[in-house]
Amino acid sequence: MVENSSGGLAEHQPPVGEALSVSKTFGETKALTDVSLAVFAGECHGLVGRNGAGKSTLVTLLTGLNRPDHGSIRLGGQPAPSLADRGAWLERAACVYQRSMVVPPLTVAENVYLNRPTRGSKSQLVNWRRMREKAHAVMLEWGFDVDVDQSAGSLTVEQRQVVEIARALSIGGRFLILDEPTAALEKAAVERLFDRVRRMREGGVGVLYISHHLEEIYEICDRVSVLRDGALVLTGKVAEVSQANLVAAMVGSAPPRRVTEIEAVKTRREPGRELLEVSDLVVRSRAGSVEGVSITLRAGECLGLVGLDGSGSSTMADAIIGLIKPEAGTVKVRGALIPPGKVDAVLKRGVGYVPQDRHARGFAPQLGVGENITLTVLDRVAPGMLGLISSRERDRIARREVDKLQIVAGSLEQPVSSLSGGNQQKVVVGRALAQEPSVLVVVNPTVGVDVASKEALLDAVGQARDQGMAVLLVSDDFEDLRICTRLQVMVRGRISREFNKPPWDRQELIAAVEGLTPAGERV
Amino acid sequence: MATTTRVATRQGAAGRVALRWFRELTLVPVIVLLMIGGAIVNPVFFTTSNLIDVATGGAALGLVVVAESLILLTGKFDISLQGTFGLAPLLGAWLIAPKASEGLGTEWSPWIGLLIVLLVGLVVGTFNGVLVIKANFNAFIFTLAMSILLTGLQLGWLGGKTVYHLPQVYIYLGSDSWFGIPAAVWVTTLVFVVAELFLRYHRVGRAMYAIGGNLEAARAAGIRVDSIRIGVFMVASVLAAVAGLMQAGRVTAVTAGQGSNLIFGVFAAAVIGGVSLDGGRGRMVGALTGVILLALVTNILTLSNISSTWIDAVDGAIILLALGVARLIGTERT
Repeated sequence: MVENSSGGLAEHQPPVGEALSVSKTFGETKALTDVSLAVFAGECHGLVGRNGAGKSTLVTLLTGLNRPDHGSIRLGGQPAPSLADRGAWLERAACVYQRSMVVPPLTVAENVYLNRPTRGSKSQLVNWRRMREKAHAVMLEWGFDVDVDQSAGSLTVEQRQVVEIARALSIGGRFLILDEPTAALEKAAVERLFDRVRRMREGGVGVLYISHHLEEIYEICDRVSVLRDGALVLTGKVAEVSQANLVAAMVGSAPPRRVTEIEAVKTRREPGRELLEVSDLVVRSRAGSVEGVSITLRAGECLGLVGLDGSGSSTMADAIIGLIKPEAGTVKVRGALIPPGKVDAVLKRGVGYVPQDRHARGFAPQLGVGENITLTVLDRVAPGMLGLISSRERDRIARREVDKLQIVAGSLEQPVSSLSGGNQQKVVVGRALAQEPSVLVVVNPTVGVDVASKEALLDAVGQARDQGMAVLLVSDDFEDLRICTRLQVMVRGRISREFNKPPWDRQELIAAVEGLTPAGERV
Repeated sequence: MATTTRVATRQGAAGRVALRWFRELTLVPVIVLLMIGGAIVNPVFFTTSNLIDVATGGAALGLVVVAESLILLTGKFDISLQGTFGLAPLLGAWLIAPKASEGLGTEWSPWIGLLIVLLVGLVVGTFNGVLVIKANFNAFIFTLAMSILLTGLQLGWLGGKTVYHLPQVYIYLGSDSWFGIPAAVWVTTLVFVVAELFLRYHRVGRAMYAIGGNLEAARAAGIRVDSIRIGVFMVASVLAAVAGLMQAGRVTAVTAGQGSNLIFGVFAAAVIGGVSLDGGRGRMVGALTGVILLALVTNILTLSNISSTWIDAVDGAIILLALGVARLIGTERT
């Protein structure tokens, strides 16, 4: 697979990191099948693929956290050390993971020299002055601007990443894996990261650059490899691979159940009055910031907000619902301003919410189906000063939602924890619909849900829309989008593209979501 | 431009060093206030013998605080240290004391008794460590159960009686003095100093901070997180056993109730002293100020004419106050 000659500086040398026809199976799942990939010193090698394509598995093999079932890993031309020898792995292959591997209470210098000798290789003692000087020297050598005496807990996301890169470089490793390094960075920080990558490349480091943003691959990488369903489907010079080909390689042939076009909403009617108005929302969040987004939502329409992890799409939902306080901007429901950061106030104004993580925020597992569904309407099932629950009213409301969503449960008393994932999710949606909201905010409603439940869930939300509810659907599952009347794509905290007329073109949508400029402007 | 940044950085670094010490010494003003209060309450307070009493009273507690702080730093905790504190010296005493003074009657050499004290600490620590770290039991409920078990054994064996008449070798640590200051005070001070230096200048010490601060990062850096955490449990239990021996030596007997309710003071001293319950943050210097504060409070309350039935309530109130002060000044912690 490495037949292409590349622009890498040191191809006459053995690759700094190399997988030779590796395969890996987890239980029933074939995570990787016969994948070969080489990263040379002085090149930046892009690795792309949709979620579940096998990128993460390949990283665990290349960093010695897993052993391939077949095939082998070579680092710097030598066979990889045994898995038990963490020290040897760290010296030859380093990875900057998506989740931070920085220790907050320690100083930057300590984080750079974590678990490494600073006073000669034998000594178990720490020489603080030497450690600070050496860490400072590493920062200077690579042009990183982080004070090494600072406590790592006070660093920004970008600075933490710099610390991790410095740690990897100071160990002496010349093979560095960056796993979606820009996911949590702002635009300016991304530019600075690119500068760092270029500097490392010039310094003879081989970088394996994993990203969902194809745009970045074109900006920074020399070569690119594409994984799909655990197999390597393309390796080539970035300059010779067109965007269309890259997207095609990632998506593959038509998915089994649907053609390239996502099925459109069947009935469409003119949207009614404005129910939700979000203006210039700015939110800072580790899960993806929002940099000034305005949306309006009318009765009877369903707006799909589409974006990758970290694009800010789910942060939008959190901010509207009041789970995060925005830095700037306003949210109006039915014309009335919502006090920022107050969930109860938002829900009281008639906003229904289906949270992203149903286990954390969706339901009380030990309570019954009926109780869970009516949690949002306690004032209706327990009226009056006394606040006693009327079980007849509760059962009436719960029964209505159970029928609407076709929830399969023995009784209304059955604990939600004993239901299947699909039925649990239906309970969560039922809970939101029970209060008959005028605005419904739904985040990834069909994650981990079987096909039949998925249909039932989407139909129920579609029905609510037809009855005049305004629905905001945040999702990265394209099949969810069939109930939408309008789509907005978010990239890096901003709306990058709008689609106003269903059906949606899958290829075009993927290109937009991955942050590619419209076809034709490049390559 | 570069030079100015450099200078600024230097100053920043110096400032941070100062701030770090400032945080550790948050309690010093409180301690000074307490001492003034003590002098007002009773003139006996500022006599040498009373101050030595304070130190002796704090010595055994201090040793257990070091033990608990080490575990807290790695992000776990151990409630059963108080059980070890009682059971270890009891078992040793029981096997060496004659039947007449409530021993078993085996009358083994006191040296074997000392060995047994250490051994009990080692066994309990290993057991706790392996089951909490390797078998992944919840540290809270597991060590709470262990604590009840150990205290129960202590009560069961003694049947509520007291082992007394212990040989000189056995009570030496708790009763002898070097240069006019009790040996226990010397030993505890030494342990504090060694622990502080170890945590700051030894790779394993720093690894403990890394483990408590971000377990996954520590693992990925190649730190042997499980061995270190189990080792810390073992060292801590041995320290608690030695502390129990100190206490036994001081009162020249082991009671069935030795160690009960100790752990509250231990956690209080550590937390007041800035050791985080979440792990990865805190220093022995701070923990030491916590111990001194608690020992002073106990002493002053004894010297004052507060009715003994009210001492617990006042004790609790003062600890709450100290926590408040520590929190107030420590809020800049990030």
